[in-house]
Amino acid sequence: MARPAGLERVSEGVYELAPGLRPGMRVPVRVFGSRALVDAMDDQVFVQAANVATLPGIVEASLCMPDAHWGYGFPIGGVAAFDVASGVISPGGIGFDINCGMRLVRTELTESELRPRLAELIDALAARVPAGTGREGFLRISKDEFRSVLREGAAWAVRNGYGSAEDLAFTEAGGCFAGADPDCVSDRAIERGQPQLGTLGSGNHYLEIQVLRPKALFDPALARAFGLDRPDQVVVMFHCGSRGFGHQVATDYLHRFLRAMPTKFGLPVIDRELACAPIGSSEGREYYAAMCCAANMSFANRQVILHRVREVFEGVFGRATSAAIRTVYDVAHNTAKFERHRVGGAERTLLVHRKGATRAFPPGHPELPEAYRETGQPVVIGGSMETGSYLLAGVASGARSFFSTAHGSGRTMSRHAARKRVGGRELLRQMEERGVLVRAASLRGLAEEAGFAYKDVDAVAEASEQAGLSRRVAHLLPVANVKG
Amino acid sequence: MSEPAFRFVEGATGDLAFEARGETLEALFAAAAEALLAATLANPADVAEREREPVRLAEPDRELLLLRFLNELVFLRDARGLLLRAGPLRIAGDGEARLEGELVGERIERGRHQLEADVKAATAHGLCIERAGDGWRASVTLDV
Repeated sequence: MARPAGLERVSEGVYELAPGLRPGMRVPVRVFGSRALVDAMDDQVFVQAANVATLPGIVEASLCMPDAHWGYGFPIGGVAAFDVASGVISPGGIGFDINCGMRLVRTELTESELRPRLAELIDALAARVPAGTGREGFLRISKDEFRSVLREGAAWAVRNGYGSAEDLAFTEAGGCFAGADPDCVSDRAIERGQPQLGTLGSGNHYLEIQVLRPKALFDPALARAFGLDRPDQVVVMFHCGSRGFGHQVATDYLHRFLRAMPTKFGLPVIDRELACAPIGSSEGREYYAAMCCAANMSFANRQVILHRVREVFEGVFGRATSAAIRTVYDVAHNTAKFERHRVGGAERTLLVHRKGATRAFPPGHPELPEAYRETGQPVVIGGSMETGSYLLAGVASGARSFFSTAHGSGRTMSRHAARKRVGGRELLRQMEERGVLVRAASLRGLAEEAGFAYKDVDAVAEASEQAGLSRRVAHLLPVANVKG
Repeated sequence: MSEPAFRFVEGATGDLAFEARGETLEALFAAAAEALLAATLANPADVAEREREPVRLAEPDRELLLLRFLNELVFLRDARGLLLRAGPLRIAGDGEARLEGELVGERIERGRHQLEADVKAATAHGLCIERAGDGWRASVTLDV
């Protein structure tokens, strides 16, 4: 793999491909990352980002974050903003696991207090937080109640006793995308999603106990502002999304858009996974309303999982420890949102697609909760289960990426190749030798998630900082993992 | 109808891809359903034919019809816990491509059925149906 011809370095950590690589590109492709990360990106990243650059109404550039890799339609790690009047909305620009995202919560425990009870804790989490293929959630709710979840998001969970108002304040958009309309969601999507509330899912989804060691602290003042204020502090991070519900919503609309593109919209289909509809069309508006439903289901999902996490900590460490578990932040990395951004000196409302990319609002942004107004938005980047994860913060220079940054480390190896290189049981043993306890729903799935199958998360976090997209606060190291 | 035939091929990093073959379009669709079942289960041959589900689909072309058909199987597994393969199918296509027929199989029983990959969707990425000799060949990528 090599950089394509014509990709020029324009500044520290920023590369650009001028319109012309492919016919019809309306804007350049802009890639953020170190030379090593950009050189290692698969060729399809540039082809896909160039395809995105041809979409109607795209503003400024088709962007790739430092962890960009091949995806469906858009690359994963792709960001594109569209003009509301002339632009499009695309399920492939959001990702099929709508509002797949990360939640980071802190405890007041330290590693030395955790270690003696760690095996008991991770066993209880594995038993009580449903993970893996085909598992149903612990909530039994009616279809009507599920429609309330789709309208209200995490607020539904809090209203029903699964969390606090503070959890909502520290969730992107307060845990609810306005504009959700369950009437725009098919009965099949509801049937598929209803039993899945409160489940992690499978693949690269996980729940991890992590420790913040003093030497892994990049910015102690910001860490303190985020509530990380003691050496070897224990935190919990989990990664999951809208499960089969989001997939069904995206699949339903992909088919609908593909029917309408050549006929009603007169739009060429370059890649079926880039199916799109004008933002203002009935199809576009209805997909947006359905996408908001899936985003809200996902916020509610992570909120009820947090409730389960608190219950498990209470069972193992007692009520005081559980009550001290506080949300640091919950942030999505597969969404499209209407946001105000400055473009060419003027402020405009744009529909910003972030697919495998994290919103990273800067200090002073009006949408941030009071507690984070000075610090900038916390950004949670999940690494592989072997290499750890990062907490970062939004910065003013992130305006260059519509305040977006990386979302994780990004795969570099196929699942099949990873399984050929290590067995699940062997990986489990290797990780235990390194002090990381793993409980996996599937040994095959575990092998697929080995650290060597991913990009170097340290390099991704460093490149995100060098490119001016976000700044590093802390590197969080795993001590136990429940793998979906 | 020929025996269903498929093989998994190296897909892109996050995914599972397969090629299916069939002498007729109906056999091709059956082979693709079989590949999906083999991706989902360690022991697909153990799926008994206890349940029957009617299926009736229409799409603008036969590639989108195959996509719809596979995603119907994904939906029935994920929402209703049904492990299904193709029963008798009829595919017609004057302008629009249409499929009518039956899916056969049984409910997931944990313990007896060893679930493998959690296929979340069949995707349109690289989706293709083409003539191969006297029959048909399809390439499909599954999102897992």
